[in-house]
Amino acid sequence: MRVTQGTFSFLPDLTDEQITAQVQYCIDNGWAVNIEFTDDPHPRNTYWDMWGMPMFDIRDAAGVMGELASCRKVYGDRYIRISGFDASHGWESVRLSFIANRPANEPGFGLERQEHDGRRVRYSTRAYAAQLPEGERYS
Amino acid sequence: MNAIDNRDRRDRYAAGVMKYRDMGYWQPDYEPKDTDVIAVFRITPQDGVDPIEAAAAVAGESSTATWTVVWTDRLTACDKYRAKAHRVDPVPGSPDSWFAYIAYDIDLFEPGSIANLTASIIGNVFGFKPLKALRLEDMRLPVAYVKTFDGPPTGIVVERERLDKFGRPLLGATVKPKLGLSGRNYGRVVYEALKGGLDFTKDDENINSQPFMHWRDRFLYCMEAVNRAQAATGEIKGTYLNVTAATMEDMYERAEFAKSIGSTIVMIDLVIGYTAIQSMSKWARRNDMILHLHRAGHSTYTRQKSHGVSFRVIAKWMRLAGVDHIHAGTVVGKLEGDPATTKGYYDICREDFLPQRLENGIFFDQSFASLRKTMPVASGGIHAGQMHQLLDLFGDDVVLQFGGGTIGHPMGIQAGATANRVALEAMVLARNEGRDILAEGPDILAAASRHCTPLRQALDVWKDVTFNYTSTDSPDFVPTASVAG
Repeated sequence: MRVTQGTFSFLPDLTDEQITAQVQYCIDNGWAVNIEFTDDPHPRNTYWDMWGMPMFDIRDAAGVMGELASCRKVYGDRYIRISGFDASHGWESVRLSFIANRPANEPGFGLERQEHDGRRVRYSTRAYAAQLPEGERYS
Repeated sequence: MNAIDNRDRRDRYAAGVMKYRDMGYWQPDYEPKDTDVIAVFRITPQDGVDPIEAAAAVAGESSTATWTVVWTDRLTACDKYRAKAHRVDPVPGSPDSWFAYIAYDIDLFEPGSIANLTASIIGNVFGFKPLKALRLEDMRLPVAYVKTFDGPPTGIVVERERLDKFGRPLLGATVKPKLGLSGRNYGRVVYEALKGGLDFTKDDENINSQPFMHWRDRFLYCMEAVNRAQAATGEIKGTYLNVTAATMEDMYERAEFAKSIGSTIVMIDLVIGYTAIQSMSKWARRNDMILHLHRAGHSTYTRQKSHGVSFRVIAKWMRLAGVDHIHAGTVVGKLEGDPATTKGYYDICREDFLPQRLENGIFFDQSFASLRKTMPVASGGIHAGQMHQLLDLFGDDVVLQFGGGTIGHPMGIQAGATANRVALEAMVLARNEGRDILAEGPDILAAASRHCTPLRQALDVWKDVTFNYTSTDSPDFVPTASVAG
C-alpha cells in the first residue's frame, strides 16, 4: 500500500527539483520550513521527530535541500515530511505538508474491531511496521 | 442632536397617524456609532410612495414603531431605541428601487442570539404593505456584538490540524442516489469514495431516517466504511452524518451516537432554524466535533434580487451562530452563483477583517474580531476537468464536493475519487511552482492523466459539461476604471 498523508501523495514521488520548488514556495510566502521523520505512520501520530528546529531564517530552498539530504542519509528508510509553518495571526499553524521520502516497502495497517453492545464497534488502526521497536521497523 | 428634539414633543406624541419620517425614523444627519448594527436594505416602494418615507417605515417597523403613535413611547428612552434610516441611495440601473441604510442601537439586540437579531431585522417588516419588495443586502455587525457569539466550534485551522490535511482544498462527495439506498449499500459508497482518495463523504440534506434506511443503521455502516478506508490509506477520513431531525431531543440523540462511534463530524440543515443551529454549535464545541451546515432552503429567499435576504447575510449569521462548514456556491457548477458575488460569500466565511467591496456585494467594512473561520463548501455539478478554475476561484480553504463527479465515473467510485484527488494535487503542485493554472490548466490535467488512467477517463467523459446560465443575483456595482494617481 501507499500511505497517502500529505499534500502530494497521489502523485508519483516528487523529484528533488519538484521538492525544491515547493520549498521555495513556502519560503516566498514567509513560512518556516520544517523537516520531520518517523517510522510510525499512524494517521494520528501528530508529533514526528524534528530534524532540528524549523528553519525560520533560511531564504533559499538550497539550504533546506541540504538539510533534507542530511536527514535522508540518517533516516532514508523512514518517512520524511516537509512542512511550511505560517506564524501570522489567525493561522499560526502548518500551511503545507508533504512526504518527501518514504520506505521502500509500506506494509500498511491492520484494523482491529472490538464488538460492543447495540452493534457498536470500537476500531483501532495499527501500523504493521510499528509492531517492531522504533528503529527496526523498515530496515 | 436628535431630530425629535427639535419638535414639539406634545405634537409628536399626539394620538393619530403620522409619517414615519416625521416620527424620527429618518435622520439624514445621523452618524452611526461604532457599536451600532447597520443594515442596508434594497427597497422597492409601492407606486407613489416616497423612498425616504419607505426607508423610514422600514426603520420603524424593524425597531420600535407601530402604525400609529403610542403615548407609551414616552415611558422609554425612545430616541435611543428608534432605528435611524440615515441614507437612501438609488440602485444603479434600477429606477424603482433604493438602498436604504438603517442604524440600530446595540441595546436592541439580545447578546449571542441570531433568533433575536433576525426577529427584528427580517421580522414583520418584510410583509409591510407600502413596499412592493424588500431585500436585506448586507449588515455591519459591530465588534461589540460579534464578541457575544462563540462562532465556529472548530474553524478552518483546527479542522486542518485535526485531519492532518494542509495546503490543498479538501475533497468530498455526497452519496448518490440521495434517497433509497439501504444502510449497507450506502456504506459501500462511502468506503469506495474514501479509499479512492476523498477526505470526506456526505449525507445529503434530505437523508435523515426514512423507511429505506434508519439513521442508526446508516451511522454504523458509515463508520465501518470510514475506519476501513482510514486503515487502507493511512489517512484520516470522515463522513458528515446528518443529524437533522424533527426535534432537538432527536438531534442530540443522533449527535451523541455519532460521537460514541467515533465520527469526527456531524451535519445539520439550515431548515432546522437559527436556534437549533446555535444549540448544535454549542454541542459540537462541547464535544470536539466539526459541524457541517447544508444550506437547504436558502434559495427560497436568497436568489431573487428584489426580495428576501442576500446569502452574504446568511453567511455572516452562520459564522456568528457557529458552523464549521457552509455551502457557499461553486460558480462553475449546476447551482446559482455569480463569480463576483460568490467571492463575497467566501470572504465572509474566511477573512478576519473584510473591507467594503461593492463589486463583491460587500457594503461595509466588517471585523470578525478573531472569530474562527468557516470552511466554505463548493458542491453541485463540478468535476475534475474544472480543477484549475476551482482552485483559482476558491484557493485552498474550501471543500470541493464532487458527488456525481465521483460516483458517476465510468470505472467506478474509487476511480472517480482517485481522478479528483490526482487532478487536485497536480494542480496545487503546478500553482505552487508558479505556473499560470488558469491558462495551462487543461495541459496540467492532461499531463497528470498520463500516470493516472482514472483521470484520463474522467476528462474524456465530462470534458464538455458546463452550466452557463445567467445568474439572477449579481452585484449592482461594477469597478470603474480610474485615472492612476
